[in-house]
Amino acid sequence: MIEVRNLNVRQGQFSVRDVSFTIEAGEYAILMGTTGGGKTTLLESICGLRQVHSGKILLDGVDVTTWLPGDRGLGYVPQDLALFPHLNVSEHLAFALKLRKVPRREIRQRVDELSKLLGIEHLIDRTIKRLSGGESQRVALGRALVFRPRALLLDEPFSALDQETRSEMHTLVRRLTRDFGITTLHVTHSEEEALALADRRFLLKHGNLTELNLQGLPIES
Amino acid sequence: MRKRSDIDFFLILGLISSVYVLLIAFLVIADIRYTTLQDFRLALQKPEIQHAFWLTLKTCTVSAFLSIWIGTPLAYLLARHRFRGDWLIDTIVDIPIVLPPLVLGLSLLILFHLPINGWELENWFRDDLGFPVTYRWPAVVLSQFAVACAFAIRTMRVTFDQIDRRPEDVARTLGCTRLQAFLQIALPQAIRGETAAFTIAWARALGEFGPILVFAGATRFRTEVLSTTVFLELSIGNLEAAVAVSLLMVAMAMVILMILRLVGLGVRG
Repeated sequence: MIEVRNLNVRQGQFSVRDVSFTIEAGEYAILMGTTGGGKTTLLESICGLRQVHSGKILLDGVDVTTWLPGDRGLGYVPQDLALFPHLNVSEHLAFALKLRKVPRREIRQRVDELSKLLGIEHLIDRTIKRLSGGESQRVALGRALVFRPRALLLDEPFSALDQETRSEMHTLVRRLTRDFGITTLHVTHSEEEALALADRRFLLKHGNLTELNLQGLPIES
Repeated sequence: MRKRSDIDFFLILGLISSVYVLLIAFLVIADIRYTTLQDFRLALQKPEIQHAFWLTLKTCTVSAFLSIWIGTPLAYLLARHRFRGDWLIDTIVDIPIVLPPLVLGLSLLILFHLPINGWELENWFRDDLGFPVTYRWPAVVLSQFAVACAFAIRTMRVTFDQIDRRPEDVARTLGCTRLQAFLQIALPQAIRGETAAFTIAWARALGEFGPILVFAGATRFRTEVLSTTVFLELSIGNLEAAVAVSLLMVAMAMVILMILRLVGLGVRG
């Protein structure tokens, strides 16, 4: 469960003002909004990458507002994916597990399982530079999911993909988050993505958050 | 007509550019023409010059390693973080680049011998640590390092500026501390920049003369490096040996610069 209470963040020209919302455990929430409206700022604040001015962030009921990013146990896929240029696909999938000192045999097993689920088992030794857009998305998703995070935060990860690959990724991400029971907050501009994936919908405009129904109309509070 | 104008453009540019390239090329050719293989062999057979050659290799390598170890964290901090007074640190780092070399040597000498309530840095090194610095080989390393590190920091700063910081952010969300993100994500991507910085620091250390002369002296079999050998040979009128050693330094510099070209000043792999 992700719970945000009266969150205020100011970062240069971007700000989030008194934002509160709750995403229940296992729910898939879509966050939409105008460019520069504060969506990425909000996601990065939940991740711990931006300093919060006031308010609280709770994960599964625990206040993590002042925790370091690595202690929050969140899977994060940024818009640019931010893959590690010097690591290959299997090293990406094993990265978070190695940090957690998971035994080598278990790492190999979990990387194998996840790469099959993601449909990238044939790319396992490939360098990042030799991956297509869709393949890179799968690696970034796998890197974020491999350690069974408390929640998954996706920042427009599919915006640069063609229609066909995007549809494939929608099916894949929905299946994986359901199978793993992961609470997800997904930022997108795409109405199609919202309709295909959302259990809940939010709109962030000029730093202010409104909850929408699944058809995209504001819910009266 | 269009093609003709392109030729004129490149011809003019080529002519202007060739002035400098030819100047340097002629300098080297003149040195080669001045000396003979016999002079070269005789100079290199001298024990004091052989000692200077090995001391140069050792001190340049130590200075370059020190420059990388100390310069990399500072370059990373300057590239990644804005903090109060960062401009001041940036300026201080550039001082050795613009300072006349003799002034740097004099400043090092003063630093080590400035009495503060009867306490001196040189005395502390010599008496308490058993490691005298001034007019010894450590003074050579320190003189080279003081300048070389500034160039290493500049190179590494550009390297880290060009490396995207987002993967480090993502690594932190995956469980890395800042140190782990630096060591496991930023540093491996900076390996070519590190090699370039090492090479530049090494080359700068090779060419250092002024601070060494003032702070380390030019004592044969003790603090004499190749740059001071040229000075010592000139001072006793042995021009042939001075030119031979100069050519040796040119060869060393060319090897280093070729490595630099091979590694590429391009920062990312």
